Amino acid sequence: MEAGVIMGREVRKMLNKKIVNIFLKYFILLLITAMFLFPLLFMLSTSLKSIDEIFTRSFRLIPKVFHFENYTNALKTIPYLRYAGNTLFITVFNVVGQLLVSPMVAYSLSKVDWIGKRVVFVVLLSTMLLPYQVTMIPLYIIWQKLGLVGSYVPLILPAFFGYAFYIIILRQFFMSIPDSLLESAKIDGASEFQIYWKIMLPLCKPALTTVAIFTFLFTWSDFLGPLIYLTKQDKYTLALGLQQYMSEHTVAWEQLMAASAMFTIPIIIIFFFAQRKFIEGVVTSGLKG
Amino acid sequence: MTKNKIKTNLFGLLFALPWIIGFFIFGLYPIFKSLHYSFTDFNIFMEPNWVGLDNYKDLFQDRLFYKSLSNTLFMIAIGVPVTLVFAFICAFVLNMEIKGRALFRTIFFMPSLVPIVAGTLMWVWIFNPKYGLFNIILKSVGLKGLNWLTDPSFTKPSLVLMGLWGVGVPMIIFLAALQDVPRELYESASVDGATEWRKLINITLPSISHIMLYQVILAIINYFQYFTQAYVITSAGGGLNVASGGPANSILFYALYLFHNAFAYLKMGKASAMAWILFIITGFVTWLIIKAYGSWGNYGKGG
Repeated sequence: MEAGVIMGREVRKMLNKKIVNIFLKYFILLLITAMFLFPLLFMLSTSLKSIDEIFTRSFRLIPKVFHFENYTNALKTIPYLRYAGNTLFITVFNVVGQLLVSPMVAYSLSKVDWIGKRVVFVVLLSTMLLPYQVTMIPLYIIWQKLGLVGSYVPLILPAFFGYAFYIIILRQFFMSIPDSLLESAKIDGASEFQIYWKIMLPLCKPALTTVAIFTFLFTWSDFLGPLIYLTKQDKYTLALGLQQYMSEHTVAWEQLMAASAMFTIPIIIIFFFAQRKFIEGVVTSGLKG
Repeated sequence: MTKNKIKTNLFGLLFALPWIIGFFIFGLYPIFKSLHYSFTDFNIFMEPNWVGLDNYKDLFQDRLFYKSLSNTLFMIAIGVPVTLVFAFICAFVLNMEIKGRALFRTIFFMPSLVPIVAGTLMWVWIFNPKYGLFNIILKSVGLKGLNWLTDPSFTKPSLVLMGLWGVGVPMIIFLAALQDVPRELYESASVDGATEWRKLINITLPSISHIMLYQVILAIINYFQYFTQAYVITSAGGGLNVASGGPANSILFYALYLFHNAFAYLKMGKASAMAWILFIITGFVTWLIIKAYGSWGNYGKGG
């Protein structure tokens, strides 16, 4: 009887502790969630408010009236659609270039047994740590001498030589394809190129998708490249154009937030469709790169 | 060498060739060219003119150079630990037994998808002294609002705070590393009666220490190259060609000052010297951390 009471007390104590733990756990979880979510909601909220409502000191998350016209106005204040088109143009060519070249290099560095393989891979890895500032000025001078500053060429052509980051992601994936598969194709008389084109690439669609997504995200959002190379306003990308909602004295916050939201939405959509691949890509490059 | 072997070698080279050519054009040549430029007086309107070590001497007497370096070191000293600890906490929370993990992971990661320019401009608005989210909250609980981006002593901490919002990538990597820690280790520790805290210190942290090291190196290198956020904030409202370091140059970071030198003051020789100093610092930091980690690693194994 005595022992039973003590046991009961112990159990109750443990149960209390468990409840406190669960409560604490979800409290922290929700706190962090709010931290991440609230700025985004603030952005959306501002993008839908009237100017009067933005500049009041009492804050409401949900606007009194939804001013969707902020979005259509934002499209007119700056040549938004033109900039979006420019951004898309650069982005698409970058994706094509990466998909064409990076898998070739990755294949050579994973499945082809040639002398230079190791050296090239080590050099490739070490370029990941190279600060872009070291090459920034000479590259600018090269493009300038070629008369290509102001054009899209400096922002597109380098993609057709492959980037180390994507090559590493692809190589990691290629390594996981069993050699026996390639060997048997070789015995059947397939050439190296046929093996690459007809067996390897179709098998590696998931990794190729990852590379396409990353290239899209990075190019779409890139600021420094366009800042250096795009000199004429009609060639601007969205990343450069956003600042045009600000003038020296006033900022059209509601339009700027609307434009920022529209700028971000394509990325969010892609992320939702390819979330798993995206996260796998981050992890592969981060853990094993 | 057999005919087949030669063929394979040629094929391998051929497939790697685009990157190798790209490496020479976009990597190796510019690296050495910028070393050359760093010894010259030079801009887009003139040919490089050899001046020996003048650019380096100029830098070592330049108050703004030291300012940009100390601003950057501040970000590294405060920003790296704060950001990585926060990233680890987020990953740790996501790795607990919680309902709706996928949803929370998505929410935690989503801010990192917002383009840096858009995100930074959004934060400029959030930090707005009169109508921004933060000061509205502070005032609503009776506190005084802060001058987040205009008071020189707040600007860098504000940027660190802003950086926490975009912590997604290191968070995801920590999360994957946490999921890789063998379950059995925790189970046997539980049997031995270890507390959660002990498990964290004795199992979790040692298991992910190599990932932690990699993240620290990356974070330091990233802060040395920290540019877009500072550029967007300092040029907000002033058009695209302003060379400003923010209030009292408090957010004149290394990469920003380098950019000003190259493209606003057109001192490309001086900027190249800065680039090479950065290159050497980056290499040294990487080497140092890896070496230090090597000795800790051995110590750990010995103990």
